[in-house]
Amino acid sequence: MSGASVLYDAPGPKTKARNRLYSIVGAVAVVALIAFVIERLGAKGQFKPEMWNIFNYADVRNNLRDGVLTTLEVFAVAAVLSLALGVLLAVARLSDHKPVRWLATGFVELFRAIPLLITIYVLWVILLANRDALGLSGNGPQFWALVVGLTAYNGSVQAEVLRAGIVAVPRGQAEAAYALGMRKTQVMTTVLIPQAVRAMLPTIISQLVVTLKDTSLGYIITFEELLYTARQMSTNIIVNGSDTYVPVIIVTGVIYVAMCLALSGLATWIERRGRRTKTGVAPATAAPAGDPATAADTGKDPAATP
Amino acid sequence: MNVLLDHLPEFRDGFLGTLAITAASALLALVLGLLIAGFRVSPIPPLRAFGTAWVTVLRNTPLTLLFLVAFFVVPQILFPGTSPFVLATLALGFYTSSFVCEAVRSGISTVPIGQAEAARSLGMTFSQTLRMIVLPQATRTVLPPLSSIFIALTKNSAIAGAFSVTELFNVSKLLSDQGFAIGWIFLWIALAYLVITFAISGLFRVLERRMGVAR
Repeated sequence: MSGASVLYDAPGPKTKARNRLYSIVGAVAVVALIAFVIERLGAKGQFKPEMWNIFNYADVRNNLRDGVLTTLEVFAVAAVLSLALGVLLAVARLSDHKPVRWLATGFVELFRAIPLLITIYVLWVILLANRDALGLSGNGPQFWALVVGLTAYNGSVQAEVLRAGIVAVPRGQAEAAYALGMRKTQVMTTVLIPQAVRAMLPTIISQLVVTLKDTSLGYIITFEELLYTARQMSTNIIVNGSDTYVPVIIVTGVIYVAMCLALSGLATWIERRGRRTKTGVAPATAAPAGDPATAADTGKDPAATP
Repeated sequence: MNVLLDHLPEFRDGFLGTLAITAASALLALVLGLLIAGFRVSPIPPLRAFGTAWVTVLRNTPLTLLFLVAFFVVPQILFPGTSPFVLATLALGFYTSSFVCEAVRSGISTVPIGQAEAARSLGMTFSQTLRMIVLPQATRTVLPPLSSIFIALTKNSAIAGAFSVTELFNVSKLLSDQGFAIGWIFLWIALAYLVITFAISGLFRVLERRMGVAR
């Protein structure tokens, strides 16, 4: 039950008429708002063909493409590193050794509390100061500041997500694994983490969407990702005596929203797919009898057979 | 250590700036978020579509891009020469409103169905049901996510500093450009943010206790 539909009754004739009136008024208001924005932008000459003609030039397109590729590159490296760090920190926070647990907790809490932008900025300043010692050249300091900052922050968040997933795995799973004589590492890697990842996959991917969005912070440390490239380009291209911020920002915005929607779509798809396999697979695992966990599962949910 | 004592006025201005912009955009986000959440559950299709579009677009746009829109596109639409503070508040408030809306909407769906049904059978209209029955009960479940949304907002407000609004990040950038050691600046700025985020989570804990019902 979505909750929305219980909030109002099935409309009678009078309400239907009134709702129709509200619909028209609402639609007119929304359209008027959009029309106002377009009108104002049009009045400033933002919709002149010359303004949008810039996207016909190969240089502009190549710039945008390079920007997208750089953004995706940063995202890919940061995503992989943050997932690795997340697993490491989650396991460390659940460790039996107090110092390890404290260190991991301190790291996670520190980087979750500090604004990501400040982490990235501080890393950038440090890397810039030591660029020769570290052998970084050109874009190196910006790139690594962005990647390390994103990794530290998102790794901490992913660690919390994973930890919640591991804690949520039924106790019996770990107990059964220990009873089978598995070691701590084995229980973690073969029993707990796979189930936690499976349960938390949608949340993990939505955090990856956040990672993707946050790559745009590279703009502030002058790293040439999509946003910075777009900004530089729109400052430099002068049409009709004015810069081309509006068209370039609209196009860049569409690219960003499309990328993030694609990734969120993946999360939704996996969530739905995960639900389906859960009900579909249960009877199949019940066949080799003798495994009490699965037997109990299917016993609880006989309606699971498709 | 000396950085803080020698530049106390700057740090104070930055701290107050962060507080001001967080408070202003939190207020904007709360009002807009409630409104859009109302739109999303309303019986009027165009408003529902508008609410869905609002949330989808704003949640999938990087905040930095929204700041660019606020600073370079909005002045073209409204009046040129709007102060950076107002523009930054708009960007932050709009961005956060989409998250507030989703929190409120999921809060609405946790209110037992019987409540809305009872309200309807008393003859209440949609807005009466929402305003007098459902939203007050949803407040309790909305508070915890709202607390983390506002903490995220505090941290996001750092981006405003890069767009020449005086706040903590702005101050750290200024002092670092003057050549002070970044380590100490970082420490003090981090501490200032911790103070604000702890204050927010403390405030919400008090609110949760006030609103809590012994079941």
